[in-house]
Amino acid sequence: MRRRSITLAIGAVLVGIILATAVVSFFWLPYPPSDIGGGRLAPPSAAHLAGTDKLGRDLLTQLMIGARIALQVGAGSVAIGGVLGIALGLATAFAQRWLDDGLSAVLDVLIAFPTLLVAMLVVAASGASLGSAILAIGLAMSAVVARLTRILAKRVLSLDYITAARVSGTRWPGLILQHVLPNIWPTVVVNLALQFGLAVLAEASLSYLGLGSPPPNASWGSILQEAQGTVLVAPIGAVAPGVLLVVLVIGVNLVADGLRDVGDPTRRGRA
Amino acid sequence: MTAPLVQATDLGFSYRGAAPALADVSFSVEAGRNLGIVGESGAGKTTLLRLLLGLTRPTMGTLSTNGVPFDAGDRAALRSHRTFAQAVFQDPYSSLDPRQNVGRIVSEPLRSLRLESRASGVHERVAAALTSVGLPADAATRFPHEFSGGQRQRIAIARAIVARPRLLIADEPVSALDLSTRVRIVDLLSSLSADGLTVVVVSHDLGTVAALCEETLVLEKGRVVEQGPTASLLAAPAHPYTQKLLAAVPRLPKR
Repeated sequence: MRRRSITLAIGAVLVGIILATAVVSFFWLPYPPSDIGGGRLAPPSAAHLAGTDKLGRDLLTQLMIGARIALQVGAGSVAIGGVLGIALGLATAFAQRWLDDGLSAVLDVLIAFPTLLVAMLVVAASGASLGSAILAIGLAMSAVVARLTRILAKRVLSLDYITAARVSGTRWPGLILQHVLPNIWPTVVVNLALQFGLAVLAEASLSYLGLGSPPPNASWGSILQEAQGTVLVAPIGAVAPGVLLVVLVIGVNLVADGLRDVGDPTRRGRA
Repeated sequence: MTAPLVQATDLGFSYRGAAPALADVSFSVEAGRNLGIVGESGAGKTTLLRLLLGLTRPTMGTLSTNGVPFDAGDRAALRSHRTFAQAVFQDPYSSLDPRQNVGRIVSEPLRSLRLESRASGVHERVAAALTSVGLPADAATRFPHEFSGGQRQRIAIARAIVARPRLLIADEPVSALDLSTRVRIVDLLSSLSADGLTVVVVSHDLGTVAALCEETLVLEKGRVVEQGPTASLLAAPAHPYTQKLLAAVPRLPKR
């Protein structure tokens, strides 16, 4: 049990670092984001702690803004994908056979569609912006979450305690809120954490295609893409966003793991 | 003469596109006379139980409770049926939600049927139900995984009696338990029935039925092949199927 709280603590620290960076970026940045006065590809120095990129912009400034964007993308798309996916998954799990079959087929098609294609459709409809990227990633995510939720909910619904709850007079909203959600939540929340990481990575790909957050508010993904040509000359430009990405993704996963165990009575200390 | 607790007339049920799981099932349950429903796997026992609980509507025939026809599609009727009949299931490991504490599990009928509005009232009734099944009242704050199989079945029984139903429908209530625990659970059920609860036990274990039930109904392939007082039915089974069932019991004491 102690080990679990340590997991949670480490995760919280990692996520906390990124979160703090993002919060600070709203109030203070070392340089204005589009200031190109630093000289091209300068190595780390007292003036530019992380050096500069090939246009002479301060890298630390960009990384801080990137933290903000990464969290926005992760949280935004997980919110959209989570709510939509869980709702859809529960609906199919509860639905009549024919509706379940129909919706499942739709979900399979959606999952087979690459996220990027879905994103391009959304962006084509609403224009390239961070918002449409989040929406696109969230929509693509919802299909995956829905299918997972459906399978988990169906398994719970077949158990005797659901029948017992029905016999006790509990109707479907109560079944969902009191029995199904609490029992599928651990698996769903861990999956959402995984999806958070994937969403941040997906945004990086979208940025590369010009479908993500437009410059100069660059995401870590676009910093990384931009630095890949000069990786031998100025490796920090490629390494730093990558490290931050890994820190965030691992942190979120550890937090999810920890939260799952805190919410599970069978993993608490036994009497 | 008062109407029987349950009166089933020509009850039938078929799953869509399949041969009937139950056909022409007629019987009655009189208050205070426990009924055992026996039969092999697939005989329709569980289907019959679902009909009695109002979880499924019969495709043929009628079911009356206290002389009033019962339609599981009628919400008000279903609600009052929930206070009339409650259930205990076979597997005490899957019939209790692992994420709820025992107090929440046992109080579910009270909360869902809004039988008790005061929190203190719920608390008292849960404590009383736990005590009457032989569990300490402080069990309410603990979780199912902290209890053994037999204790879990007691928790399930506490949930079933907390709303003070007239009828307790038990689906193989002891078959997942070890032998000595079985005896204690059967004893508990018979003491509850001595206190005015009528029990319908679905079982393939004739020993449980013999210990608990005044009346027995034998199902084979969805049809009633024999019914009557348990003592006479077990002493002199008329139907070949009942004789087969009896012969299948290992070392039944000679009567």
